[in-house]
Formats: sequence, C-alpha cells, structure tokens
Amino acid sequence: MTTRRKQIHLGVHFPGVNSTTVWSDPESGSQIDFASFEHLATRAEAAKLDFFFLAEGLRLREHKGRIHDLDVVGRPDTLPVLAALSAVTERIGLAGTINTTFNEPWELARQFATLDVLSGGRAAWNLVTSPDAFTGENFRRGGYLPYAERYERAAEVVEVARTLWDSWDDDAVLADAEGGRFLRPGAVRPVEHHGRYADVVGTFTTPRGPQGHPVLFQAGDSAEGRDFAARTADVIFSMHSSFEAGRAFYDDVQARLVAAGRSRGDLKILPATTVVLGDTAEEAAERAAHIRRQQVSGPTAIAFLEQVWGRDLEAYDPDGPLPDVDPDVENISITRGRVRHARDPLAIVAAWREQAEANRWSIRDLVIHTTTRGSFVGTAQQVAEDLDRHVQEDASDGFILVPHLTPHGLDDVLDQVVPLLQERGVFRTEYSGPTLRDHLGLGRPEVADQATELAG
Amino acid sequence: MSQHHRHRTDLSAPSVHLGVDLTDAGAHPAAWRDLGSQAQRLFDAQRLASLVATAQRGLLDLVVLDDAFSLQPVQRHGAQGRLDAALVASRLAPRSAGIGLVPTIDTTHTEPFHVSKAVATIDHVSRGRAAWGVGWSTTPEAARAFGRKGVQDEADAVDEAGDVIDVVGRLWDSWEDDAEIRDVATGRFVDREKLHYVDYEGIRFRVKGPSITPRPPQGRPPVVVRATSDAALTLAARHADVVRLQATSLDEAVAQRELLRTRAADAGRDADQLRVLVDAFVVLADDEASARARLELLDDLEPRAGASTTFEHVGTPDALVAAIDAWVAAGAADGFVVRPSSLSTDLDALVDKVVPTLQSAGLFRTAYPGRTLRDTLGLARPANVFAATA
Ligand SMILES: Cc1cc2nc3c(=O)[nH]c(=O)nc-3n(C[C@H](O)[C@H](O)[C@H](O)COP(=O)(O)O)c2cc1C
Repeated sequence: MTTRRKQIHLGVHFPGVNSTTVWSDPESGSQIDFASFEHLATRAEAAKLDFFFLAEGLRLREHKGRIHDLDVVGRPDTLPVLAALSAVTERIGLAGTINTTFNEPWELARQFATLDVLSGGRAAWNLVTSPDAFTGENFRRGGYLPYAERYERAAEVVEVARTLWDSWDDDAVLADAEGGRFLRPGAVRPVEHHGRYADVVGTFTTPRGPQGHPVLFQAGDSAEGRDFAARTADVIFSMHSSFEAGRAFYDDVQARLVAAGRSRGDLKILPATTVVLGDTAEEAAERAAHIRRQQVSGPTAIAFLEQVWGRDLEAYDPDGPLPDVDPDVENISITRGRVRHARDPLAIVAAWREQAEANRWSIRDLVIHTTTRGSFVGTAQQVAEDLDRHVQEDASDGFILVPHLTPHGLDDVLDQVVPLLQERGVFRTEYSGPTLRDHLGLGRPEVADQATELAG
Repeated sequence: MSQHHRHRTDLSAPSVHLGVDLTDAGAHPAAWRDLGSQAQRLFDAQRLASLVATAQRGLLDLVVLDDAFSLQPVQRHGAQGRLDAALVASRLAPRSAGIGLVPTIDTTHTEPFHVSKAVATIDHVSRGRAAWGVGWSTTPEAARAFGRKGVQDEADAVDEAGDVIDVVGRLWDSWEDDAEIRDVATGRFVDREKLHYVDYEGIRFRVKGPSITPRPPQGRPPVVVRATSDAALTLAARHADVVRLQATSLDEAVAQRELLRTRAADAGRDADQLRVLVDAFVVLADDEASARARLELLDDLEPRAGASTTFEHVGTPDALVAAIDAWVAAGAADGFVVRPSSLSTDLDALVDKVVPTLQSAGLFRTAYPGRTLRDTLGLARPANVFAATA
C-alpha cells in the first residue's frame, strides 16, 4: 500500500431499550444476563475492536400514560456492568453512557476514575444531557433542568470532574513502607469549585486512572450539543450514518472543532449503524427487509403513528390504510422518555398520506419506510468496501455497530467483515497499546497541562 | 423456600457465619507497611481478586468493602485513597462463585434510584451474591464534596438512611419476578401489570419508579447495617438482614443481640430472619506471644486511634475457634465479620487454619449450601410487596 489510509475505529453497542432489538426472534437472548454482555464484549475484543458501548435511560418510557411494553424494557446499571466486564476482558475499551443532569460531579469523577483504574485504562464516559422533568421524577433533586441549560450544567460537571482527576498526580501513591509515606507529599491537592451548577470543596478520594482522564464521548445532535462536543469531547456518538448526512455532519463538526481551537482528528465521529449480511446482495436485501418487518410489529407500527397523531389508534389495522382522522396537535407528549418528538404533526401526516397513497403502503409499510435509518446491507465484501469508503471520504471516523439480536447479532460482522477491513489495511490486527486512548490514537492529558490551563 | 431453623447443638446444620473485611491493606492502619502487603498495588484489581479467591477457598459467607466520599482522615503514616466500592464489588463478581459481595454505598448524598439499580446490577452480575452495606455520612467533608446540602447529624442521617432503604427495597420489588413475558402473539415484551410505580414522596426526597433494572436474582439483596450507635441499632432492627454488631465482650454482645431482636419483633419482623455478625479485629499467629509481638510492631508504626469498640482476638487460630464457638453457643452472635489486622497475613491464617478447625468441630459448612448469598445466610427470599398486595 502506497498511501497510508485512514484507520477505522469500531465499537459495539449492546442494545438495551430501543426498537432495533428484535426480541421476538427465537435467537434473541437475554438483555439482562451477564453472559450476554460477556459474549458481545469478548467477541468484539477477539476482533480487536476499539470499545464496547452501553446506552442509558433513567425512566421507563411511557406511551398513552402507561409503560411502553412493545420494545425491550429494562436494563442493568451501566457502570457496574462495565466494571464486571473489565474482569473478563483485557484490552477492549468500556464506554458507559451517564447523564450529567441526574448525577453529581464528585461521585461521577470517582466512579470513572475507579473504572479506569480497575480496567487498566479502558474507561470512557458518553456524556448525555437528557434534562427532562419526566426522568427527573426519579431523582431527589427534583432534578430536571430547563432544556436551554442542559449543556451549561454538563460543561461544569465535566470541568469539575477533570479538576478532580487532575488533583492526584499520576505517581501519587508512593507506598514507602520503610519511610512510612503512603502518598507522595504534595501529590494530592485539595480542590475548590464554586459554580452555578456545582459547589465542590475537598480532597478527592481516588487515584488518577491510567488514562489520566477517561475518554469522553458526547451524544446530542443540536447545535449546542455539537459545540459542546467540539470544545470537550474525544468522540461523538452520532446517528448520521448515510453517506450524505454523514459528510454534512462531519464537515459541520470539524468546523466547530477548529473554531474551538482544536485540530482535525482531535474529535472522532462515530455514528451508530446496523449491518445486514448475505451471500449475495439480493439475499442481504431480503434479510434486511425481514428484519425490518420483525422490528416493526403491528402494535409497534400503531404506537408509532399514535406518537405523531396524538391519538389512540388501536382500532386501526396495521396492514390497512392510514387513519382518516387528523392529528391532535395539542397532545404531542403522548409518549414520554423518548428522544424523538414530532414537531409539526399536521405537515408530517400530510406528507405521509401522499407517500402511502403513491406507493400503496399500509400503516406498517409506511412506518417501516419512514423509520429505516442508514444501514449497511450486502455481502461482507460490499459492506467492507462501503464502510471503508465512508471513512476514507470523511463521512465518519468509524462506526458503532448496533446488532438487531442480543447477544449474537454481531458475530457474523466480526467474523466476516472485520477481516476484510484488516486485509484492506484499514483496521488493526493487534492492539497497539493497553488503553482505549491508545486504540483511538488520542493523547494522554497531563496533570501539568491541565493546571496551566486552569490558571490561564 | 423452607424456613431455615438453626440449632446450635445440631451438628448437621453448622451455624457459624463468617465474613471478612477487605478494606485497605487490613484493619490496622499500619497494615500497608506490613511485609507482603503489596501496598504499591493497593488499588489493583488483581490483588483484590486474589483476596476474594482466598476468602472463597475458605467458603466464607461474604467479603465487605468499605467506602466513603471523603479521603481517610490524615493519620501519621496511614494509607489513603479509595475506589468506588460498588464498582469494585462488580469487578469481583464474574470470576468468583459462592461468596457474597458487600460494598458500602452511602444514603446521605446519593440518589436512592442510583443505589437501587447499582446493587440490583451487582446481584445480576454475580447471579445472586450481592448485599448492600448501608452507609451514611455525617462529616462536613462529604457534605462539601457534594455541595448539595448541609451536614446532617447522626440521628438525621440514620433516619434518612431508613427512608432510602425502604425506597430501594420497593424499587427492587417494582418489577415482579415474571414481568418479562416476551409474548410474540400480542407483541408485548413485558406485562405492565407486573411493573409498579413506587410513588414515594418523603420529606427529603421522592422517587417515581419503577426501576429501570429488573428484579435482582435474590429478590432483595441482603441489607447490611452496622449497629454503631443506638439509632443505628434501631435502624438495623427495622431494616437489616445482616447486622454488624460492635461489642467488646460476650455479655455485651448477648445484650445487644437481645435488644436487637426485641426491637425487630416490635417492628413486626421475624427476629430469626436477622443474622447478627460481630466485628472481630484479629491478629493471628502460631503462638500468642508472636501475635502480640506482631500487633506491637504494627502499633509502633501507627497507633490505632482511640479505644477499641469491637471484639479483638490477638492469638492463635485455635483460640479464635474457641472464642467463636463460645460466642455463638452463648447466643451472642450468628458469626463474625473478621477484620484482619493485615490482609496479607491474617486472611491466609483465617482460611487455612481457623476454617478447617471450625469445620472439623462441625461448626462451619464444608461447601456453599446454594448459589446465592441468601442461601448461604439461610435467609428466605422475600415476597414482593407489590405482588403481595395485588
Ligand atoms: C446518537 C445519540 C444517542 C443518545 N443516547 C442517549 C442515551 O443513551 N441516553 C440518554 O439519556 N440520552 C441519549 N441521547 C440524548 C442526548 O443526550 C441529548 O439529551 C438529547 O439529544 C438532547 O440534546 P440535543 O438537543 O443536543 O440533541 C442520545 C442522543 C444521540 C444523538
């Protein structure tokens, strides 16, 4: 190979609560049993992937005032699962989504420092900001924030966490038994922060992890979210996986990164994506269509329409035409605890009616088509080429692979596609270092740098 | 599950329960300076895992891990630094079996919702071996670290701990065991009639529920409370499955245990469903003089603060066996949480010398009786409060 090709970064997403997971498939296993987590993490590690990723939700979702029961419901707690996985893996990064609105910086900082220490430098924190009152009902602070303040608090929480991580020098533990000094004098410094969202004074409890700071991910798609990522994060977990949308997002974020005084490459962009393989392109397309029908059951299709219509549509046949009633525009909070909300239901419904009529779509067909997101479908060879093209042409720096089946859903991708990427010279065949920062090609933050930054 | 009646005289049902405290390098503040302490590796997961493997070799009921939000008070030469105990417990779960894992988790500054799902998850990951060591914070250091509320006195913090234990228990129950139905015909993953809102509105906090984490394997992981004061003893009587008593003499322990049982009965609980373990600081050696010499050496390096409030054994393994037998026979305790002066020395002695002697005397089991910590402790799996009232 003459020119060095951009290296692809790959993570696996253990699906929790979402409509991607086909729990009704006979091959679908437990989303709670630790063996499921262990399977995906160890398989991904054997394929030399960068990291294992967990999402988080802090309130069971509701639809029409009752718990939404059509998707997977329930998940274990993010950080304890990652800590347990650190016992059964050696190299793969362990990325946990943790909300900045419903947690306090002191405990977050010690949890992530602990995970980094226990895992030998493999911790990552995916910062999410979901600030809603619905989730806040589970928390004692009463805890939600106005939407406009979500990233202000997130920024302050991260700033305090970084200060805490840097309050212990890397070599703070001296353990000089002879001389009776456990900590090196001056190596652990008290911290004081008085801000709008956090008021923290004290000497931190937990040694600095091998990575200095855990890798920081951000997920949130607004302009504020992208700016926050450009200033703060090492990785963006995005959802723009089609080529055009990926390119546009990539350009936008790189511009923000430069505006924030950082360099291209300092921030990796990794969209979530699904992959469907077949021995031929046709077979793959057929499988993909079959999976989409499994993902969108009749009741799921109706529930999806109800979100937009703001009405009970249970009387309608999912295999029949769209409802003839108009949406109730007042009732847009029919579904709570979800990221997606319809902003202009009348316009959406008008467009859908046109499409359904033109294509002779049933309700279920329409929902399948409108909710299909970017996905790589084809033979292993085609998918490998396509993934590589996205990365070489800056539509992303890699992907977070989301299986539709737990826990075996990525076995074929790891077995068939990853070796082809390795053959192309765009994916590692061995880990080059022990930490997630090593896998991602990120530098290690020094205590001294941070201190100067704070002083300056 | 059948009620587990335990008669001390019945050798077919050995009754002693033993836990060990894995905090720091040992319970003595100078333990890290002891030979073989591996103090450089104090925060190393491998070191912790090998300590758990040793404890498991001895079939001990459980290991406890202390935690707090503030750094250990500055002693002359003390070890300092802490890892998050819940995450350590979870890290220790996959490669261990049989043994219970008991992290301390605070109730004063943490969110009850977070506590509930963390312990439930350790229980899932360990397949039913988690317990929760209930902590509370009364120090200005912890309050300032959080910056959310002022310092609480002991009575207030213990009172709040009671509320938190109550709510965490309901969150564990907020999923009935069979809530996940995966009914392909109707497209329903869960039966939402089996998921319950907690709807707790107290004076200090509120929680809506249900939990996001399905009911843990043990239903409710055991709640462990240290009865360090009269208020804490009352808290334990109301809420604990395992009580760690602090008693310096057998008579004091008998009296405390009786008081505890009375208060538990007053609170409407079955006192036989309470396991009482006395904290025991131990220094073990082949002869008593060597044990004393070892303690003196440690005390010279770093004197222990204040008078001891717990039972101490400085001497031979056989003498410890005799003491355990005497305390359990007298009804002073169901067992002990051993706090080895130095983990590098005393844990091996406990496992290799004390346990086999207890076993040959018929006082300690020779295998784990089941898979869960409740099985080991002989505690019934609690009914679900929501299912019971439904
Ligand atoms: C790809 C992606 C993944 C997300 N995953 C989570 C998640 O796991 N948990 C969560 O609470 N919020 C999640 N969010 C929501 C974001 O944290 C954020 O709160 C939300 O997008 C609103 O912020 P925004 O207006 O910047 O998008 C995710 C968002 C995106 C774009």
